[in-house]
Amino acid sequence: MITFKIGGVHPHDNKIAKEAAIAPLAPPAKVAISMAQHLGAPATPVVAKGDKVLVGQVIGEPSGFISGFVHSSVSGTVAAVEPRADIAGNMVPHVVIDVEGDEWDPAIDRSEAIVKEIKGTREEILDKIKACGIVGMGGATFPTHVKLNPPAGKTAEFLIINGAECEPYVTADDRLMREKPEGIVIGAAIMAKVLGGCKCFICIEENKPEAIAAMQKACSGYPGIEVLKLKKKYPQGGEKQLIDAVTHRQVPSGALPIDTGCVVQNVATSYAVYEAVQKNKPLFERAMTVTGQCVPEPRNFQVRLGTPLSFVLEAAGGVPADAAKFISGGPMMGKAVANMDATTQKGSSCLLLLTEEQTRRKPESNCIRCGKCTDACPMGLEPWLLNKLSRAGGQYEALEENKIFDCIECGCCLYTCPANIPLLDMIRINKAEVMKIIRSRAKK
Amino acid sequence: MAKTIVSPAPHVHSEFSTVRLMRDVLIALAPAVLVSLYFYGWNALLLLVCCVATCMLVQFLIEKYMMKCPVTVMDCSCIVTGVLLALNLPPAAPWWVAVIGSVVAIGIAKMTFGGLGQNVFNPALVGRVFLLISFPVAMTTWTAPQSWFGGVDAFSGATPLALINEGVRNGQTVQEILAANPGLTPAQMLFARAGGSAGEASVIALLIGFVYLLCRKVIKPHIPVAIWVTVAVMTGIFSLCNPAEYTGPLFNLFTGGLMLGSIFMATDYVTSPMTDKGMIIFGVGIGVLTVLIRYFGSYPEGVSFAILIMNLTVPLLNKYCKPVRYGYGRRK
Repeated sequence: MITFKIGGVHPHDNKIAKEAAIAPLAPPAKVAISMAQHLGAPATPVVAKGDKVLVGQVIGEPSGFISGFVHSSVSGTVAAVEPRADIAGNMVPHVVIDVEGDEWDPAIDRSEAIVKEIKGTREEILDKIKACGIVGMGGATFPTHVKLNPPAGKTAEFLIINGAECEPYVTADDRLMREKPEGIVIGAAIMAKVLGGCKCFICIEENKPEAIAAMQKACSGYPGIEVLKLKKKYPQGGEKQLIDAVTHRQVPSGALPIDTGCVVQNVATSYAVYEAVQKNKPLFERAMTVTGQCVPEPRNFQVRLGTPLSFVLEAAGGVPADAAKFISGGPMMGKAVANMDATTQKGSSCLLLLTEEQTRRKPESNCIRCGKCTDACPMGLEPWLLNKLSRAGGQYEALEENKIFDCIECGCCLYTCPANIPLLDMIRINKAEVMKIIRSRAKK
Repeated sequence: MAKTIVSPAPHVHSEFSTVRLMRDVLIALAPAVLVSLYFYGWNALLLLVCCVATCMLVQFLIEKYMMKCPVTVMDCSCIVTGVLLALNLPPAAPWWVAVIGSVVAIGIAKMTFGGLGQNVFNPALVGRVFLLISFPVAMTTWTAPQSWFGGVDAFSGATPLALINEGVRNGQTVQEILAANPGLTPAQMLFARAGGSAGEASVIALLIGFVYLLCRKVIKPHIPVAIWVTVAVMTGIFSLCNPAEYTGPLFNLFTGGLMLGSIFMATDYVTSPMTDKGMIIFGVGIGVLTVLIRYFGSYPEGVSFAILIMNLTVPLLNKYCKPVRYGYGRRK
């Protein structure tokens, strides 16, 4: 069975919500939709207080090349357009809407019928994907239409659909693959067509046998699309690791996946592309896991974007008394959230609750130079050395020489360190400094 | 809701901890310890207790009263040093030799550099070599084993390597010496051979520990395997060229603490390289030096010196043997 070559760790997968079907979550009384749900410049709000909006109506327009449309996830009246703290804690413009009923834009095809026939030219499809505000739903939220439109001179040989879901606990992609396999495959076919008819692989880790079976069945009529079973290893879903596992190619340092002839898209993105192109449905809701051993009812929800995290938690049985950490995303790369009034976004795949016992960092002790961090690093770096240089202070040249900028912040080093040294914390701080120096040098 | 923790990812941790790793090393040493107790009885037990107790006490005193830092005796690393030193002593050595060796191992070789993770040389080996040079008589007086339960044949007192070394110097051939000592067949040495340090009694017991360490992912096989292959190839060439003067691969692999040293001392995290490439160079270096010392040096035994010399190269090996990086050169 295939997997990536360098490093990796095997955390317990804890997929405790995997048998809970994706349940639609009714909209709350009030939503706050962030204008910065994608990588790049925040969208510009195009509605004002008092405006009536429908489900799927545009409320934010892109303000740059790397930016995206934002749509309303509910129907009702705009109550305010104001800066609020988002999940990451950044103050960004939000459109706050008082929900009235659930009235959808009539252009959206709400039927259950699966539309197989792919119409339209490459440009028309790309415009549609852009207009529907599709971004990478694995967490990076890079605008999909940009990724599907490689710069001149570069062509895609492989489209890799990422269903690895290597983060422990998260089950949203697993459920989506089991419940909507046809849509995902058609989405992949659409993207392969846009990319000029390249070969497509749908990659799923071995711990999701039902998803693999469902996707294989759905692929039967599509000769260019193939399901690949991957060995379970974190961070398999990392773009660079997945490309290595599937094509045995490595993205050169500083280059983009397209330089190796690959485009990687998440399965949820693929399904969103299907809904956008075939059903005319913008991206305003997504599958999201609410999980953790302390959560009364671990669930998978179809949530409207802009729903407060506290509302989602309430639907999963309320806030447990022993929950100490609220994480947006998985336990390896997710962000700890301080503010439960923050709202769901296009990249919100999971809300994970951990108890203090599960998440407490043990006291740091001396490095015993066991080299486990070096063995675990999927980029072939030496976290112990980067930590040492970081703590010495000002060693930016040595840090650059030892490729600190290649760190993908997957957390394998800190996860595995027997001495509980905060390797990644140190690396993150100094990586930012080194990147700053590299950028300022490039400007000169 | 008591309080909300906000800290950067990752939010979970693996089951690895320093204590767990050290405990695994102790479990892996258990078969060799039991065999040594079986062969050598009370004195081996006394040495073991003296070594472990002294190592713990010295570390405690230094951390508490000299360094005034948190006491880390309970991380078990000093216990590992104590057990390894005890296994490296002649089973009939007096108890005070064990105590002095332990004081040197922990007090000088480990704590003067700053404690766990900071030392250049393997502490147990520094202790052993210090004793070997300071108390040559006590450290090379090998007793015939006393079996507690009977059934194991007693052999002559000298170690096999010393026997060969002396015999060859007196003009005998290797074959004559082996013929005169029927206990020196490879099969005999594999399961239970007496004459030598306490921990050298059974190669099988050490190999069981090796397999356990591999299964628990405590060590990687690179260093021991590199040592074994190097020793086997080098001694193979020498013994083919001149079988009268040079001993063969199996004899060298199974004698003189080579197994104990390669599995438990050369793989010490702190004093061995971190990358696969570095580990292989390190292991080959130990193998070459061991064979050279055994064949041409004045000491019959070479593993301890070979490991200590190669310990010195570790910072360089770490500097120049980088791991395989992602994204530099194509993989095929």
